[in-house]
Amino acid sequence: MIREWFVVKMRGTEAILNSLVANKTKHIFGFPGGSIIPIFDELLNYEDRIRHVLVRHEQGAAHAADAYARVLGKAGVCLATSGPGATNLVTGIMTAYMDSSPLIALAGNVPTTLLGNDAFQETDMVGVTMPITKHNFQIRDPNEINSIISNAFTIATKGRPGPVFVDIPKDMQLKEVTKEKPVEKILGFNPNLKGHPEQVKRAAKMILEAERPVIIAGGGVLISNASNELAKLVESFNIPVVTTFMGKSCIDENHPLCLGMLGMHGRKAANYAVAEADVILSIGCRFSDRITGDVKTFAEKAKLIQIDVDSAEIGKNIPVELPIVGDAKNVLSELLPIMKINSQKNSAWSEKIKKFNKECNCHFDYSSHPIDPRKIIFELNKALKETDIVTTGTGQHQMFAAHFLKMRKPKTFISSGGAGTMGFGFPASIGAKVAKPDSEVFNIDGDGSFAMVIQELATCKEENIKTTQLIFNNSYLGMVRQWQEIFQNKRYSGVHLKRTPDFAKVADAYGLKGISVERESQISKSIAEAIKSDETAVLDILVKEESNILPMFAAGTRHSDMFGGCVQTKGVLF
Amino acid sequence: MYSTSSQKSEKKRRILGIVLEDKTGVLERLTGLFVRRGFNIETIIVGKTSKHKIAHIIISLDADDKTIEQIEKQVYKIIEVLKVVDLSENSVVREHCLVKVNSTDKTRADIQNFASLHKANVLEVNHESIIIELVGSPEKIDHFLEIISPFGIKDMSRTGINAMPRSN
Repeated sequence: MIREWFVVKMRGTEAILNSLVANKTKHIFGFPGGSIIPIFDELLNYEDRIRHVLVRHEQGAAHAADAYARVLGKAGVCLATSGPGATNLVTGIMTAYMDSSPLIALAGNVPTTLLGNDAFQETDMVGVTMPITKHNFQIRDPNEINSIISNAFTIATKGRPGPVFVDIPKDMQLKEVTKEKPVEKILGFNPNLKGHPEQVKRAAKMILEAERPVIIAGGGVLISNASNELAKLVESFNIPVVTTFMGKSCIDENHPLCLGMLGMHGRKAANYAVAEADVILSIGCRFSDRITGDVKTFAEKAKLIQIDVDSAEIGKNIPVELPIVGDAKNVLSELLPIMKINSQKNSAWSEKIKKFNKECNCHFDYSSHPIDPRKIIFELNKALKETDIVTTGTGQHQMFAAHFLKMRKPKTFISSGGAGTMGFGFPASIGAKVAKPDSEVFNIDGDGSFAMVIQELATCKEENIKTTQLIFNNSYLGMVRQWQEIFQNKRYSGVHLKRTPDFAKVADAYGLKGISVERESQISKSIAEAIKSDETAVLDILVKEESNILPMFAAGTRHSDMFGGCVQTKGVLF
Repeated sequence: MYSTSSQKSEKKRRILGIVLEDKTGVLERLTGLFVRRGFNIETIIVGKTSKHKIAHIIISLDADDKTIEQIEKQVYKIIEVLKVVDLSENSVVREHCLVKVNSTDKTRADIQNFASLHKANVLEVNHESIIIELVGSPEKIDHFLEIISPFGIKDMSRTGINAMPRSN
């Protein structure tokens, strides 16, 4: 009772920002508009605690906050106005949803008195974001602000992470908080984080009894910070490990037992090892169609142990012998002590695998003119430091990066996997740089992808965010062109972008460093120049127009049907 | 609880009882999920429970084992959902039906007779029609409607399946 005498009245906007600060928000990526003016006004009072990064399109804000979240393993926050501002976030929210990233998307809305009246810039964003968020809220009472925002953070980060959208009508920002409600307990949200001990024991037995075990490490390993435990498991028992696209960087890719990426554009070593395995331990992987190909023939010789924090992912696409619902790090920490270390275990199998893996490390230092895309990856591999971060757009360049780039430290490879969002890479590189200012951030992008978000050059310039943009410019939408070449008999439709624009000149127009690279001899020099530069550099690298990313298998086919690539063994390992 | 085989079991009628927090938009969350994942709802009823702000939804649908398992898990992921119970077996299953049947002076007595034989209540009688209320298993209601259909059904409204697990 006594407390109420001294209640200092607080505006809704203050409650929102206090709550963000309390939830350790240090950066917000946003773009203002009519329905969010009060929050932007309040941001000025919080400049010492929260840095607002002004993007040039709301999609950029969402991707930047998403990448920020992925790099740091904590929630990333983006902010937009109502209506078109909020709908521009949608692609970014969906991207975060598909890749289980803890994105907090905040948007204004018209005052509650106008809700449902089709008022200016009104959209039912709660309805729009329902299928692409883990949860969403609309603030209807200023006294609930702290409760809702705190719960948004809890839901976004706990268990399997995912985006949470919070709709904030303008009057809720302006009204006073008269009697703040305590944080409401979320009754129906209790993610199971510890693996069932009996199941873990059974898993240990299965792994130890296996003759040809393989680990599939997915994005879940990165999310739960289980890289050390994974490496220990791999090394203690000589178990080969393949990573999904989302799992890339969860284990040092120079490790002789790391076979690299699995799936449609994966490495043959990885795909054939999975096809050959008798026991597969899957950690935080959801077996998307790009991984499995034909589900009936996927890993048909193997019994599957699946660890996932989301029980709905277990057995969703592939039948499971032994399910373990729990957080990857917890489960692996339970598993390791009950398995007696045996450095001789699997030595025959792992030696064979290592040998094949080595053969698969094909030479990709191609010398050619025009430039072979693999050459750029080759040069970047040499320039990359352990802690440097690589982001990508979506398309051929992304698969070149996933296939050939060797990442060493967790969370250094940030890309849109499930959603395959073109235009993700550039704003993601901005978010990554804000998250880790001491790391160099490289965005491997395509001319198509980069052009979709090119306006963020202004963000780099005005917010002083230094990144390096490597544009694999083949003047095509390369991946679609490749499919049209292979599956549509070269009937190219809607894919030829030609040579517009001149990206180096565009960079120049934004007051940034633009470098045109036409010869392979210039690649390493330009990368070095970009690294040395204090501001964002755009490398417009003209590559061979019709090069393909191979090997691959066609959608819905078998792993053994992979074609292309430098290793000619077809469908069998040994 | 988990699918261990890729073999498809047969589709049959399943009943799910879902206990959830009674909050704005929760029905949209639930039905949206069914639409998105291609699960086809046969009947759905929404009501209160004995607890404050806790609602109850009973859904019936045709599904095989694997699908129903996926549905249960996906539904459980909705934040407001507190409990999902499979009521397909070992539960009391009832439906409520109102039916307006054409009647004439000649047929009225017959219809009333059928109704009382099926323990249905006659709620309104006039010159042209009779409104009958029937509570029972969906099969019983199907059967009754079939019997009275020759008289001519003018209007009919069924609630969909309600269910409660048996105590033992």
